Amino acid sequence: MSNVLALIETTADGRIRNTAASVLAAAAKLGTPIAVVATAPGAGAGLAAELGSLGARQVCIVENGQAGSLLATPQVDALAAAAERFVPSAILAVNSVESREAAARSAVRLRAGLLTDAVSVRSDGGKIVATHSVFGGAYTVESAVEGSPAVITVRQGAVEGQATPTDAAVTILSAVSAAAASAAINRIDDAPAASSRPELRTAAKVVSGGRGLGSQENFVLVEQLADALGAAVGASRAAVDSGYVPQSHQVGQTGTTVSPDLYIALGISGAIQHRAGMQTAKTIVAINKDTDAPIFDVADFGVVGDVFAVVPQLIKALEARAG
Amino acid sequence: MKIVVLVKQVPDTYEDRKLDTAAGLVDRGACEPVLDEINERALEVALRYRDGNKGTEVVLLSMGPEGTASALRKGLSMGADVAVHVLDSALSGADLGRTAAVLAAALRATGFDLVIAGNASTDGGGGVVPAMVAEHLGLPHLTFLDAVEISAGTVAGVRATEHGSLGVHALLPAVISVTERSAEARFPNFKGILKAKKKPLQVLSLAEIGLDPAFAGAGRSAVVTAAERPARTGGTRITDEGTAGEQLADFLASARLI
Ligand SMILES: Cc1cc2nc3c(=O)[nH]c(=O)nc-3n(C[C@H](O)[C@H](O)[C@H](O)COP(=O)(O)OP(=O)(O)OC[C@H]3O[C@@H](n4cnc5c(N)ncnc54)[C@H](O)[C@@H]3O)c2cc1C
Ligand SMILES: Cc1cc2nc3c(=O)[nH]c(=O)nc-3n(C[C@H](O)[C@H](O)[C@H](O)COP(=O)(O)OP(=O)(O)OC[C@H]3O[C@@H](n4cnc5c(N)ncnc54)[C@H](O)[C@@H]3O)c2cc1C
Repeated sequence: MSNVLALIETTADGRIRNTAASVLAAAAKLGTPIAVVATAPGAGAGLAAELGSLGARQVCIVENGQAGSLLATPQVDALAAAAERFVPSAILAVNSVESREAAARSAVRLRAGLLTDAVSVRSDGGKIVATHSVFGGAYTVESAVEGSPAVITVRQGAVEGQATPTDAAVTILSAVSAAAASAAINRIDDAPAASSRPELRTAAKVVSGGRGLGSQENFVLVEQLADALGAAVGASRAAVDSGYVPQSHQVGQTGTTVSPDLYIALGISGAIQHRAGMQTAKTIVAINKDTDAPIFDVADFGVVGDVFAVVPQLIKALEARAG
Repeated sequence: MKIVVLVKQVPDTYEDRKLDTAAGLVDRGACEPVLDEINERALEVALRYRDGNKGTEVVLLSMGPEGTASALRKGLSMGADVAVHVLDSALSGADLGRTAAVLAAALRATGFDLVIAGNASTDGGGGVVPAMVAEHLGLPHLTFLDAVEISAGTVAGVRATEHGSLGVHALLPAVISVTERSAEARFPNFKGILKAKKKPLQVLSLAEIGLDPAFAGAGRSAVVTAAERPARTGGTRITDEGTAGEQLADFLASARLI
């Protein structure tokens, strides 16, 4: 089986991020998964056992004095060093901003083809094929690259399952990044989410609010329903622009794409750019006082009504059932 | 300072965008092509710097088919000084690798101190072209910035991350990209539109930016299959007459969602 590199994300203090399992699971579908981590010298020792338990057959620690102080280039240099050592057929990274940019710069450096935001990957008689969900899920596209390696970024939360745990062998390499080709990181605020709510991107249930909520104070209603359901909180761009919630909650074309089991839209008209981020949800519920709101065209259950009347009653009914 | 803003013409997101499933390419005839909104914001960031710093030149650079000129005219009417359009039949269906290689070659030809791009386009949406261009040029990338601070020799900015935020800085020259949080774009006024007609719009072929049309780029990526998903349809709709909250709870229970 051919080697497949998986770029592992770490926190500012050097721990493995929870995206590792999914990128290793994707790598295992294509060949022998090799975890690649850029760390400060001496800081990688404790990582191998954990990465092995997530399915890495090999762990390639690339020590770099600038890891954590330069943006992306330590990861690019790590992938380049690992690619030279392991001659992989594919290089996989999470489609987060940092990892996708590291993957993309590596693709340029290795003269490799790049496939972004794959929702699944497979090997088709030796040819690596990635599947993408484009234009808000309106199309499913399969793509492949000429030549080797294929550099592929994988959408967070899309590849489920876990590769078989192993006792990973460890290789330690070292790299030096060209400071002139890198932005310097002068501040990292890596605070773990203070919220007890599930993460928006991967939540099984999402409750989103729009301009119809009318104010930041009223937006609490969205949070109350989310908490009653154990759901994440989302928002339309109009709600974000009006300052009801931070941008990290935005769902849609230029926000997060979600694909939960249940999506509830409160006071959201359902503009095409909003639908692009949520229309692949399994079940969609909408509450809107305008009968003609386009959100109803994609809703499995629509309520024409006032969110301030319907939602409190719904929360009460949910509590009654739970109690 | 010379600021080059990378702009792309895209199908309008207000319409139902189509993919030509046979060719695996964007069906550019299906929707009105427009200057991508994120690129108007990138241009705004450049224009604000120029407003406060005499002697700044703002150049628009785009690679795209014939009709791209109209997006460039829009940018000129907002206030950019000149526009450069890389147009070559060999570029039809260019992938990310080719796009980045061409933009980097064009940037070498135009010269620049700072390159400003959008964080991600609304059609391809790869969100990687700026970083790839930076790799070609051996420069830092500072991308997905919500806030940008440009000064004579440096650029700094803040990016919101999935975990918190990140502050970055670099010496110029550098490549940056901005998010929709960065700036609200100005509207072109009547005077701007008139002036734009007289501003230079240079069209360059691959040969003119020093690239052989058959240039050995990277391993190409290509679409193998493309299929349209069946459109979603609306289901049950009720009008609230005082019990909709309870009815909705019943629906959620029967669908085993609670
Ligand atoms: C390039 C581009 C990218 C974009 N990206 C995104 C994106 O990522 N995400 C996104 O959401 N948008 C995006 N948009 C914006 C999009 O076009 C819409 O403007 C936006 O989605 C509207 O948000 P809204 O539905 O909250 O507001 P509105 O369209 O104003 O709708 C508010 C709704 O609330 C209803 N309402 C009001 N009061 C009540 C009440 N008391 N009870 C019940 N219903 C009530 C109204 O009937 C109305 O339907 C983008 C636009 C562009 C051009
Ligand atoms: C649905 C879809 C999926 C695709 N998937 C892939 C894929 O997996 N692999 C692949 O190689 N190609 C892919 N492509 C092709 C790719 O989108 C194009 O190569 C495109 O030219 C650049 O990518 P982008 O729009 O994703 O750029 P992004 O990286 O999202 O663009 C960010 C910024 O870079 C600048 N920029 C981008 N393109 C240009 C340009 N032509 N001229 C000037 N500035 C520009 C703009 O400032 C833009 O805001 C895909 C295209 C589509 C429509």
